[in-house]
Amino acid sequence: MVAGFKQAFAQKKFVVTAEVGPPKGTEISELLSHIDLLKDRVDGLNVTDNQSSVMRISSLAVCRLILDHGGEPILQLTCRDRNRLALQSELLSAWVLGVKNVLCLTGDYITVGDHPQAKPVFDLDSVQLLQTVGLLNEGKDLAANEMQGGTGFFAGAVVTPEADPLEPQMLKFEKKIVAGARFIQTQAIYDVDNFKRFMEQARRYDVKIMAGIVLLVTPGMARYMNKNVPGIFVPEALIEEMAAAEKGQKIEAGIRIAGRMIRQLREEKICDGVHIMAIGKEDRVPDILKAAE
Amino acid sequence: MIVAERKPLQQIEAMIEGFEKILIVGCGTCVAVSMAGGEKEVEELAAQLRIKAKLQGKPRTVDEITVTRQCDKEYLEPLAKYLDEYDAVISTACGAGVQFLAERYEGRIVLPALNTLFIGVTEGPGVWSQRCIACADCMLDQTGGICPMTICAKNLSNGPCGGTNAGKCEVDGEKDCAWTLIYRRMEKLGRLEYLKKIQPPRDYSLTTKPGRHTHEAFRQSQQEEE
Repeated sequence: MVAGFKQAFAQKKFVVTAEVGPPKGTEISELLSHIDLLKDRVDGLNVTDNQSSVMRISSLAVCRLILDHGGEPILQLTCRDRNRLALQSELLSAWVLGVKNVLCLTGDYITVGDHPQAKPVFDLDSVQLLQTVGLLNEGKDLAANEMQGGTGFFAGAVVTPEADPLEPQMLKFEKKIVAGARFIQTQAIYDVDNFKRFMEQARRYDVKIMAGIVLLVTPGMARYMNKNVPGIFVPEALIEEMAAAEKGQKIEAGIRIAGRMIRQLREEKICDGVHIMAIGKEDRVPDILKAAE
Repeated sequence: MIVAERKPLQQIEAMIEGFEKILIVGCGTCVAVSMAGGEKEVEELAAQLRIKAKLQGKPRTVDEITVTRQCDKEYLEPLAKYLDEYDAVISTACGAGVQFLAERYEGRIVLPALNTLFIGVTEGPGVWSQRCIACADCMLDQTGGICPMTICAKNLSNGPCGGTNAGKCEVDGEKDCAWTLIYRRMEKLGRLEYLKKIQPPRDYSLTTKPGRHTHEAFRQSQQEEE
């Protein structure tokens, strides 16, 4: 069992987390095998909340499964599907089930997912959710009621370093830190020079920054993200590196790229850790870690 | 103003199935401006319904009348003398107008011809866009006159989400990101400092439905009478 996510930062370690996406449906054998494979190799397993607005098993349930298997879970909580009652209730529930870390997000919009006709909630935003976590940590709820027993969450938030324009993004980044974010996980980054420029700004704040690393699987995926995913920019040189790899070996190139970036971020002390998103290829995370050695 | 669009003819046809004598009541204010339910549009709908009946060999009479507004009682009163002659009344007002007409003439079948879209402005010829969600707690003073509750799909009041894409919205790439607009406007106004304030959660109890509002002066005079 790892020492714990918050403790890993305290030990001034280069912290590594990996993302786990709950499955759609009740077949969890693959999920459990990923948990078992990764739990001792990373400092935390970060569990998505109806990722991309697609209905799945809840983040909380998977966090509890991770605890049962001896891992350290980070609960992702979005504002899309729950109002302030449900969000606070979920947070209290997570705490009593042993979850100690929470990542607060706005959440993708409903229409990008598989239930586009559902009612979007967005009662709170990510900044207000962070403040809410702070209140629960003090034993109070958002309506200022005293509770019998509070929480002690280590709270985090996200930022998009390649956002266009960047200034409004940084405005919110600052608010998130004021609102109680202790760690920040970034959207996928591929251009380390751009990221360094972002870090020059981010370093002015007392917050741990974890660079988002999304495993490239094919050159097509990189081009797709450049075209369709806001805030992701894959430099042409990396796309060419992927394209140059032999057929059937593309993912190996992606693993090499991810490993190389993590090594550079760690060795040059550019940020405090990385968050690896190997969407659908969680079984390859150990290979990425090996490539980063 | 209220912006609306006419329902598809097929849907209106289905509503009047079995009725022979139809009166279409237009509304001459907002929906006339948004070219959905004013005098002209009533004329067009009436013509379409007549032709459709003729083609299908159905007996049908369609008459037209347009009032100034259907959301004020005084404009609904003059209709009293006509309505008895009809099997059904089609209203081309917004949802509020349809309900007010149906309420005034309780025994009558009143059917909606429009879908009410939003409170908005005229962007250009034939184009309207939403500007207000009637949140009952206006914050435009703090956002440079651009409403994040309306213009941001996620009604975010503390800044953009991660989906901003070259100043456009992740939900619809054709639409502007509210927070890019707000930031740029406040920058221009030299008021960026105001954006640093963390906005508290919104008070949704203010918009508990159905809304009802009594003007303060009227409330006082009522109390004095009592």
